Amino acid sequence: MLDILLSVLILTGAIFTFVGSLGLARLRDFYTRLHGPTKATTLGVGCLLIASAIHFSADGDLSLHEVLVTLFLFMTAPVSAHLLAKAALHIEVKSLAPMPAQEADTPTDPD
Amino acid sequence: MLNTVIPIAYALVAFAFLFSFFRLIVGPDAPDRILGLDTLYVNTVAILVLLGIDLGNPIYFEAALLIAMMGFVGTVALCKYLLRGDIIE
Repeated sequence: MLDILLSVLILTGAIFTFVGSLGLARLRDFYTRLHGPTKATTLGVGCLLIASAIHFSADGDLSLHEVLVTLFLFMTAPVSAHLLAKAALHIEVKSLAPMPAQEADTPTDPD
Repeated sequence: MLNTVIPIAYALVAFAFLFSFFRLIVGPDAPDRILGLDTLYVNTVAILVLLGIDLGNPIYFEAALLIAMMGFVGTVALCKYLLRGDIIE
């Protein structure tokens, strides 16, 4: 029973990690590429970490290191994605979609 | 069951490494390369966790935690450099 649960979690995690990186390699502009690693890969690594938490908690003593890594990854992935998108907008990486109107509503850059 | 699933997971994560490495090398702009590096360290965490389950050794999590923290700091520093042209002002 535990074996099946672990196998499902590991397989799900590995598939999501793979799909996230496939999106990173295959999608066509930076803003769409940002979706793959920040959502799919984070979920995949989260699944793998939960699988290993269950695996090392199975023989009695609770193992909380993995939960620490999971929490850290789930907190930092959106922050780094936000910073990456901000940097890409700042240096005006070209996008498939037309850019939003620049001078109408964006305030001038403070620096 | 676990003995058949873990090699498949290794193979999938290895392909994920190849894809993010491809984006790190090819990526037309600087943010693409940073994103490739970011994905590379997340994949490293994944493969360290898999190694920990496979070899039954909980010591790999210290390495995974360190890589997760250092990778985040590296990504933030590189983005900061792109945004401001400087890391520590």
